[in-house]
Amino acid sequence: MNLILAIAWTHVRHRARQTLVAIVGVMTGVGFSVMMAAMMEGSQDDFIKTLVDSLPHISVTDELREPTRQPADIRYRAAEFHGLTPEVRRPGIKNPMATIASLKTWVPGALTPSVQSKAVLRFAGRNLTTSIIGIDPRTEADVSNLATHMRQGSLTSLYRASNAILLGDRLASKIGARVNSNITLASAEGASMSATVVGTFHTGFRATDETTGYVLLKTAQVLEKQTGIVNEIRVRTADPMQARLISERIGEQTGYKSISWQEAQEDLLSAITLRNVLMYTIVGAILLVASFGTYNIISTITHEKTRDIAILKSLGFMDQTIRAIFIFEAVLVGFVGAVLGWIFGYLLTRGLASLEFKTPFSDFNHLPVLYSAKHYALAAGVALLSSLVAGYFPARSAARLHPVDIIRGAT
Amino acid sequence: MSAALIEARQVTKVLSGIVPVTLVRDIDLAIMPREFIAITGPSGSGKSSLLYLLGLLDLPTSGEILIDGRSTTSMTERERARVRLTRLGFVFQFHFLLPEFTITENVALPMRGLGKLPPRAITARAEELLDSFGLGDHRHKNPDQLSGGQRQRVAVARALANDPPVILADEPTGSLDSVSTAQVFGILSDLVALHGKTVVAVTHDLNLASQMHRRVHVVDGRVVKDERLTAAAATV
Repeated sequence: MNLILAIAWTHVRHRARQTLVAIVGVMTGVGFSVMMAAMMEGSQDDFIKTLVDSLPHISVTDELREPTRQPADIRYRAAEFHGLTPEVRRPGIKNPMATIASLKTWVPGALTPSVQSKAVLRFAGRNLTTSIIGIDPRTEADVSNLATHMRQGSLTSLYRASNAILLGDRLASKIGARVNSNITLASAEGASMSATVVGTFHTGFRATDETTGYVLLKTAQVLEKQTGIVNEIRVRTADPMQARLISERIGEQTGYKSISWQEAQEDLLSAITLRNVLMYTIVGAILLVASFGTYNIISTITHEKTRDIAILKSLGFMDQTIRAIFIFEAVLVGFVGAVLGWIFGYLLTRGLASLEFKTPFSDFNHLPVLYSAKHYALAAGVALLSSLVAGYFPARSAARLHPVDIIRGAT
Repeated sequence: MSAALIEARQVTKVLSGIVPVTLVRDIDLAIMPREFIAITGPSGSGKSSLLYLLGLLDLPTSGEILIDGRSTTSMTERERARVRLTRLGFVFQFHFLLPEFTITENVALPMRGLGKLPPRAITARAEELLDSFGLGDHRHKNPDQLSGGQRQRVAVARALANDPPVILADEPTGSLDSVSTAQVFGILSDLVALHGKTVVAVTHDLNLASQMHRRVHVVDGRVVKDERLTAAAATV
């Protein structure tokens, strides 16, 4: 065995209990770091995946990015206008089918027209404000997972009755409606109609399941009192991560407000970023605390071995060799701790993944965790680096010891 | 006459502090091949300090130490360490063996530090040295399983590991009983007489010093007497 390794190994072996405590410290740090990273990133990935699956990747609405300019503003270079009513703009996307056909030529993914509407839903004496979305059942499955979220009925059930509606399961149970119940819809435009519940769906998002209903495009158009209106084009891109770029290009091409899922959920994604910063800070702190144990043991060994250091230096061993011995001891503690920490972290993660619970916002049965080599490498890397730093300072002090001072002290 | 192995020229060592302490002052000393030198003097006279300076364990405040005719003043720490490893062997009053290692491993340390020999050859040489000092049966023992005299013999074996021409010994028999003292002194004598080594030993024991070839007497950090005790010493 290499001399440095042999001496280092002998030192830690003769300080077995303290070395073990230091190793357990690093192991605990690495283990909990791995578990935390797996839990945080797992829940984050699962959340984003659910988000991406349940929402269109891009939503093109009939709103304009820039507000409509007043004719007087175009005609005159005036600074302000008073008492002018904004020009009335007909709602809806102009030539929606032509726009969709044009986008289909280059957008990688699927597109479908829809109508977003608000209506008051009346049933059994209850009134609830509801988001009504007019869809085309033939293309809806290409842009959303609604078909897979159906609890009762299917998307094509919308063809079963003249004014058919699919309700979120929570909404249905809230008003007490069941399949085949007849409800009344009253829109903000003053339209009122009787509709038949033909199915229920469950997305897992409480907000959606409590407030949303799906109808055919033409039903929503009747509610909006505008035949042929389409006020939203929904896009599902082949690669969800490309949605932002594609959305910008659609916006430039059509002039309409085009929002990617990233833009729509910017607050949430910022919160996730902040959460990650917090997580890695905590992980770093855990490993830093663990490194104190390493510092402690290396310092103790250094103090105990001052005479040995003097002997080695008097024999002709160089400062760097002395330093290397103690740094190696620290790295040894860090390495063994990291490897044991991997096992501990894996077991903790497995244990955590097996726990069952529910959140008020969704109904996941198990805590989602992510097994990633990156977490293990990162935790071990930080642990080794901390150990290296923790070992460096006592090692440097040891290397600086003057052998004559120690020999004089001993004699 | 051969060139000096170690030479001190006007060497002074002052310990800095609120009250500076002069350990040795203006010492001129030449140590020739195959000499057996005793450095004597009262406690605190600077004997050990002189030995540490000659062995490059300490740096002089002024003056210079030459090893094999080469000044060590401008040497780097690495170069000085290399000289200690190859040209000098140390024996201290207390054996200063690494307690967790076997005596074979202790003797092997300087050879492993030098890294010239393969591991098997290092072990073979360490065992050969231990055998020659009558410690062959103890080669797998740790230092704390040996007597004081045996440990000191291990320390001498370790000093000889890299076959240096000079052995510097600081009170090598200071903590030994009379039997062990005689054994260790006999070994040191043999190193000079049979193996052509140079031995410089700090000692309080004037009886031992009188059996050596040369005596350097130090008082208050100065060499007050440098006498040859046998006619053969300088020319062997």
